[in-house]
Amino acid sequence: MIVSFIVNGEEVAPRVSAPTSLLDVLRDELNLPGSKSACEQGECGSCSVILDGELVCSCLVMAADAEGSEVVTVEGLGEGAIHPVQQAMHEAGAVQCGFCTPGFVVAAANLFAANAHPTSAEIKEALAGNICRCTGYGAIIRAFQGLSDQTS
Amino acid sequence: MTIDTTTRSRNIEGRVGDSPLRPDGIAKLKGEFEYAQDLTAENMLWAATVRSPHPHARIVSIDIAPALAIGGVHAVLTADDVPGRATFGLEHPDQPVLAGTEVKFWGEPVAIVAAEDEATARSAARAVVVEYEVLDPLVDPQAADERDEVFRRMLIKNGDQKASGDVVVEGYYEVGMQDQAPLGMEAGLAVPDAQGGVDLYATSQFVHVDQEQVVASLGLRPDQVRSHPTGVGGAFGAREDVNLHIHLCLLALHTGQPVKMVYHRSESFTGHVHRHPARMWYRHEANRDGKLVRVEARILLDGGAYASTTSAVLANACYFAVGPYTCESVKVVGIGTRTNNPPCGAMRGFGAVQVCFAHEAQMDKLAARLGIDPIELRRLNVLTKGSPLATTGQPIDTPLPIHEILDSLVAMPMPDDRIPDDALSLPGGTGLTTSPSEVVRGVGYAVGIKNLGFSEGFDDYAQARVKLTNEGAIVETAAIEVGQGLVTVMAQIARTALGVSRAEVRFVDTSRIDSAGSTSASRQTQITGGATLEAATKLRDRILSLHSGDELDDEGVWRDGTLIVPMAQIVDQNFEETVTFRHPPTQPPDENGRGTIHADFALAGHRAVVDVDQELGLVRVVRIDTAQDVGRALNPESVRGQIEGGIMQGVGLAVMEELIVTDGVIRNPNFTDYLLPTILDAPDVESLLIEEDGSWGPFGAKGVGEPPTISSTAAIAAAIRDATGKPINRVPVRPQDIALA
Repeated sequence: MIVSFIVNGEEVAPRVSAPTSLLDVLRDELNLPGSKSACEQGECGSCSVILDGELVCSCLVMAADAEGSEVVTVEGLGEGAIHPVQQAMHEAGAVQCGFCTPGFVVAAANLFAANAHPTSAEIKEALAGNICRCTGYGAIIRAFQGLSDQTS
Repeated sequence: MTIDTTTRSRNIEGRVGDSPLRPDGIAKLKGEFEYAQDLTAENMLWAATVRSPHPHARIVSIDIAPALAIGGVHAVLTADDVPGRATFGLEHPDQPVLAGTEVKFWGEPVAIVAAEDEATARSAARAVVVEYEVLDPLVDPQAADERDEVFRRMLIKNGDQKASGDVVVEGYYEVGMQDQAPLGMEAGLAVPDAQGGVDLYATSQFVHVDQEQVVASLGLRPDQVRSHPTGVGGAFGAREDVNLHIHLCLLALHTGQPVKMVYHRSESFTGHVHRHPARMWYRHEANRDGKLVRVEARILLDGGAYASTTSAVLANACYFAVGPYTCESVKVVGIGTRTNNPPCGAMRGFGAVQVCFAHEAQMDKLAARLGIDPIELRRLNVLTKGSPLATTGQPIDTPLPIHEILDSLVAMPMPDDRIPDDALSLPGGTGLTTSPSEVVRGVGYAVGIKNLGFSEGFDDYAQARVKLTNEGAIVETAAIEVGQGLVTVMAQIARTALGVSRAEVRFVDTSRIDSAGSTSASRQTQITGGATLEAATKLRDRILSLHSGDELDDEGVWRDGTLIVPMAQIVDQNFEETVTFRHPPTQPPDENGRGTIHADFALAGHRAVVDVDQELGLVRVVRIDTAQDVGRALNPESVRGQIEGGIMQGVGLAVMEELIVTDGVIRNPNFTDYLLPTILDAPDVESLLIEEDGSWGPFGAKGVGEPPTISSTAAIAAAIRDATGKPINRVPVRPQDIALA
């Protein structure tokens, strides 16, 4: 079947087989490998995308359910430049192996779009669905606390 | 080692001691960094693995015809299709590339499939019919010991074996099976070269040892197989052993097409080795003044079905069984068993983690028995530079600032002692299960020690090449960047040694440079770093001596303050130096387990603060303070990242992470049931880097990756004991160990 939706502002209409996840379609059909597959069951957040304004694990969304939707992936953030959450993570040393990183970027961008000055507790709660195995989260927390503290 | 600093280049950014940002950071943040999972090639096939559903069975027959009959399937291969050595293994090649007659663990590969897409490959794998005669699995390591099913036995005897002390404390301790759980799953792409050879791009910690094993099992010449460093999503020991590497190359050569395979998470849990579960019996004897007189330990590690690195992990557990303490009389018995449980091997800390949990519990127990403060008891017995390691007798010739570590930990500020009442900060979390009135706080300390680099006489070396080009300094290495940051640190070393501001690390395949050794044992900063420093220093010295200059910088060669040869002219000469660096030689143990067995040592200490819901047995790790012996921090922010990440894996082992294996079967091979710490589980961490000159690493650097994981678990266990008074002789600590003990 053909599923039509918008990814990062562009209309796409990939041919998908019925049981395919949105994540697989993004990675394999639409050449958007920034979203990562790491647990396949919505536990780790590495595949996070924004679907019609909601943060979702794209491994848990059937591709067919994206019909008519608007999807933003890590590749669509920052409009070609560096998104502030990316810059904050870079400067805080919040990237090691980087495999979880796109998921954190998307989840944090979603948080900061709604709340420019989240508290520490709000940051942690917003990122509780993303697992990082390298950093121990310290640098990630410092990155976003720093971003939150910046006066806009 | 120190290096002359030229005055001209002292102000360039990104030298040793600075914390420059990762050169691969932006690509990773934008999702553009290429991991093994992301690789594709023209005409590429997908592979899948047929795995044993039994922990132990005889293979009666394998029928591949139903799989081959599926449209789009290009190959189904079994043990009969392995043209070279039928087995592989890091230390002993005892593991079949594909099981032919018998399967020895749950999930063992039996056949491999290549097809036009992943779904077809997986359907075909399910269609292979394997008839098994199910056999009884041997899953009890004590039974394996009795039947002499062992990979290695260790016996260390040091000092007067009849020594005895005024007081005796005994204990039995267990450590569960932990998984490295790197976020990136095993993945790779093999591309045939049309001349019978193959290029492999796969998740790895050590491409040269992968290449050797592919060469052996494919029956090829070494020059026909090139293993390429590629993007790795974390490792922590899980990628030291071969898994899909030989399979991919077999399929690529068989089909004549590029072949890709990516494990699924459940497969990943069977496709790599785990941290050894341990059972440990300890007896400490001390005089009334607190001085240790004798330590006896019996350490049983279950290696599972195949050897992997069990021999070395067991040895490490035994060598560090006493911890960072002196004791003149020691006996350690070690057993690494062979069972039908999942194979175990390398994980961050490599044997030192398990024994640290036990020896630190013993020290606390002894302190309580003697009525001495636990920190004071440690101070009375600490190992320092010049004293011999209690087990091997090897004199310590590296800085060992354990007094500084203990003093720092005690002096670091404690958190507010008020128990928080917000749900996010309570042990039960937002489930609102915890009643704040049931919560008690505890504080615990632990220190741990481990070797750096490979030991026991292993020829441990790394080669690096440094070039000076019109793009700046280029460092070439086959070392693996798993996320730890050697891509940053090697460039810092090159900048510092050469005096130039531009430096870049390039990862090259096995045909273009000799081995960098494994990205494990906390060794790359010291060993590939040592090679990089030596190559860059030789390069600078050669250029200066050729032109009789006295300084080199971005502008060129200077003499007496005058630029005599501009950089453009120097880079035209294509200067490069290739250096192989070896750490100080080590020896295998003598018949009593003694000798100069290790090349270097590092220490860390941790103080944990925990809140415990006594009624429900739930724990929240509130805070960890740490001081670590780092020699010299080449990139302090990167060291801090290693410390915080390593501590979190220690938190996981202390209270969350365990692969549950019953009857040889992993019951929780997924991230829903194998619990990894999230950001809400993250304690506040304050880390102090203790720098002291004297290690042979570049600029005095020590490896920093493993020490954070060694004693953090033990400190948390001690804090839970402090809070609850419960024995806590097992990690991970389960609710019943608190609520029902």
